[in-house]
Formats: sequence, structure tokens, C-alpha cells
Amino acid sequence: MSERVVEVRDLRKTYGQVEAVRGISFHVDRGEVFAMLGPNGAGKTTTTEILEGYRTRSAGEVTVLGHDPVKRERALKERVGIVLQSTGIDPFLTVTETIEMYAGYYPSRRPTDEVIEVVGLTEKRDTRVNKLSGGQQRRLDVAIALAGDPELLFLDEPTTGFDPNARRNAWEVVKNLVALGKTVFLTTHFMDEAQYLADRVVVIADGLIVAEGPPASIAGREQMQTRIRFRLPHGAADPDDRVRRLADGTYELQVEANETTKTVHDLTGWALDHGLELEALEITLPTLEDVYLRLTGSEVGT
Amino acid sequence: MNDAALTVRQVRYTNRAFWRNPQAAFFTFAFPLMFLVIFTALLGGGTVILHGLPFNQSTYYVAGMSAFAIVTACYTNLAISVTFQRDAGILKRTRGTPLPGYDYLAARVAHAILMAVILVAICSAFGATFYHATIPGGIALLETFVVVLVGAGSFAALGLALTAVIPNADAAPAVVNATILPLLFISGVFIPIGSDAPRWVDVLGKAFPVRHLVEAYLGAYYGKPFFDFSWSDVLVVALWGIGGLLFAARRFSWEPRR
Repeated sequence: MSERVVEVRDLRKTYGQVEAVRGISFHVDRGEVFAMLGPNGAGKTTTTEILEGYRTRSAGEVTVLGHDPVKRERALKERVGIVLQSTGIDPFLTVTETIEMYAGYYPSRRPTDEVIEVVGLTEKRDTRVNKLSGGQQRRLDVAIALAGDPELLFLDEPTTGFDPNARRNAWEVVKNLVALGKTVFLTTHFMDEAQYLADRVVVIADGLIVAEGPPASIAGREQMQTRIRFRLPHGAADPDDRVRRLADGTYELQVEANETTKTVHDLTGWALDHGLELEALEITLPTLEDVYLRLTGSEVGT
Repeated sequence: MNDAALTVRQVRYTNRAFWRNPQAAFFTFAFPLMFLVIFTALLGGGTVILHGLPFNQSTYYVAGMSAFAIVTACYTNLAISVTFQRDAGILKRTRGTPLPGYDYLAARVAHAILMAVILVAICSAFGATFYHATIPGGIALLETFVVVLVGAGSFAALGLALTAVIPNADAAPAVVNATILPLLFISGVFIPIGSDAPRWVDVLGKAFPVRHLVEAYLGAYYGKPFFDFSWSDVLVVALWGIGGLLFAARRFSWEPRR
């Protein structure tokens, strides 16, 4: 059996009258990337900060690397790296100085050059923090968290505010962490991020877990309908009763996943018979986003 | 590493960042020296009556500005800078590392005390060179050193305590100045409190630590016949410092206040 790095049972957190986390249970195994996916205000950061030891919990059991994080033990902090949702770095130190300063707090540490390389800041190693771009500072956040060679990394919305290119780069950084054998606890509200990075996902909405599983099959995703879309030349007849014509002129039909091959065959046969081209033909599996919207759409605001 | 080694190491990083921050370096270092030059240029020609004797104002200001330097480096600068670090999330990040919080704050305080000592040394050298303010020797020098250390440590503790009531970094300079500027004026830092000073200024000033710091410094640095050094002044400053430390220990916030 794989080793449990994080174990959470019936966690609750109440702020005054508001119950931000309403009884959630999950676990994280060693070596996996675990993503907590949910809209803003779902309880992601509250949960993460309880695991990190910043917040107390109202009820439930929490174990991180065998410790109760609320005790804020040094022995636990030495094994954990934290990338908070928003934190500052002293603006007047250089990248190298910053990483070395933080590395010095830990008993074991990774070589500074290696850490800088992992996050792709080698060219900026002697640049002061206040001369770095937002994306570069975020990568330095990850470098600082890595400096003490932690077993477990918390990444709270690591790519929020990034442009698409920077997000891609950040994802490669996380992939590098996995290659180093780290366990990663990630929160995000981006579907594609969870899909690309996570081994396992929990979807949280309104303080409750509404789905859990690998991104490919979460909430019966692999059994949801396939969507087929295409365009037809103006004036062509409709090919099939099941096809809907969308407002932009695109045709769409949704079929059970196990009927995809047959449907495509029928469609292309029909097109050949009529001498037509199925322009911009695309066949898409339901995205994690579809699943997510279905799950959170019914939960949020209830 | 043990706590002491961690703290010493942290002081070095704090120091490096301090000198690269033009505002911090300017306000901490240039202000007291600038005030010293301005006050002595404008008012330094006069005398103040102390114990019935005329005392040279320019000489007086060397001590006044030394006390001001201690307050600036330890109270003003520390409170503003730590509030900034708190609001920027630097304190929260540090809190998530194995570095004990008290080691981090001890390093900030130690650095502030170090800056105060250097500033007082500069003021003294300046005063000896230009304003006939002879640097004392022997016991008096030792007493002066104790006053500087106790004063710096106490005002640093009060600076940390004050961060607990500063709502955010934008408000920090206003809150810090509102608490300290009136005291500087009624405590003999900028204006000597002579025998002819209004009674309420005398009484009110003595209720707070700045006046005692100034008296202790004058007493230690110049001594008789103009001033009396009294350990009770040092004690009052130290008690304020302990009070500040206790308050900070209970109410200090590592995260931005909402």
C-alpha cells in the first residue's frame, strides 16, 4: 500500500457564521500530484492553509507527514515546502541570495544552482527580486519552497495571473518536481492545469467535495457523450435527425462514447454519397471543464 | 544551526537588504545628521539654562540627535519596515519555514540596535569635531553605552508592539509619526526642556520613555554640573521596553491584518 503523506477526515472550518469547509475527507499518497480544483471561494485556500499550519480547524482530523500541522512543529516544517497564493519576497536581495537565505533554515538542502535551474531562472541568478517579472517572481516562490529539499510541496494557485506561455513554463516546473520524487498538493481553478498535472483530482465547491478521481475518468467523464462538430456548404440538407444546427451555422451532435466510431462512419458515408465535405470536422471527448461546470454549476449558489 | 547562529546569519541578510533600500538607509541615517546640522545652524548659537547654568545649545543637540537616532533606527524604521514586510507577505512566508519566529524578529531587532549604535557613534564624532561636544571616557562612556543599548532595545520592542496596532503598510508612517513626533517635541530632543519650560510639558514628557532616554543620555554623556545621570531613567526606559515586548508577544501579527 502506498504511503499516506496527507490524511484529512471530516475537516470543517467556520469563520464566524460562515462555514467555509463543511466536512471534507481526502488523502494524498507519496509521489503523486494531487489537485484540489474549485471556483474562487470554494474553500481551497482555507483547506491548504490548515494543512500548512497557518489556520486552525474547527473540527476533523488532519495529519501531514505524521504530524498535526496546527502544532507548527519545526520537525514538520523542515520537510514541507510552501508556495502561498500571494506572498512577497524581499525586493533588495538577488535570486541567489534569496534562495540561499531560505535554504539556510533547513537541515537538508538542494544545491542553489540546481534549484535555480529547476525553475528556469539561471539567467536571472544575480538579478534583484524587484527587477523580476511577476512570472519570474512566482518561479522564485517555487525555488524558495524547494530550497530545503522538502518531501511535500504545497502549491496554492501557482499560475493565477500568468499569461499562457508562463503557465506552460510553470507546468514544466511542476513536472520537474515530480521527476525529483516530490509529492505535490496543488490547488487551482484551471481545469487544464489539473488535467495536465494531476494524478488525482478532487473537485470542491461550496466547502464540499463533489467529485474525486483521476482527471481522465473523474465523475464518469469517460462515459459522457462525445461531441461531433462540422460545417456544411450553404443549402445542404440536414444529414441526421440527431444533428442540431448551432447559431453560428456549425452542426453538432452528441453521441454515447461507445457509438462514436459508428456515428462518424455514418456521417462520412452520408457526406460522400452527397458529394459534400464535412468542413472543420472535430470530435471531442468531454473536457474536464464540462465535468467541472456540471458539478459546480449545480452546487454553487445553493 | 542553533538559534544564535541562525539569528546572526539573518542579521547579515537584513543588513544587506537594508543598505540596498535607498529609503530605509536615507531616513534612518541622513535624518538625524541632517537635523543635527539644521538645528545647530539655526539655534546652536544660543544657550539654554540648566540647573541655573548656561549650556551651549549646539553641544546639547549632539546628545538630542543621538537620542533621536536611537528612536529613528529602532522605533520608526523598525515599525514601518516590519509592517511593510507583514503586508507584503514576507513574514507569512518566513512563518512557513523552520526558522523560529523569534529568531527572525531577534535578527530585525539586533540589526536595528546595530544601526542605532553606528548612528550614535557618527553623531558623537560629528559633535566632537564641529560642536565642542567632548566624547566622555571611563565610567561615563560605559554608562552612555548602556543607555544606548537599553534605549535601542526598548524602542525596538515598542516598534514591534506598535506594528500590532498598525492596520496596514500605507498607514504605517502616519501611525508611527503620530505616536512619536509629539513626544520628540515635549521630551527635549528638538527643544531643550530648560528650567523655564511649562510644567505640563515636564509632567507629560516624563510619563513617556523618550524624555527618560534623553535625560539618561545627557546625564551619561555630559554629566555634572549640567546634568545628573540617574539609573532610574534607564529603568523607566527598560520597563517601557519590557511592556512593549510583552504586548508584541501577545498581539504581533505575521499576516496582513484585515
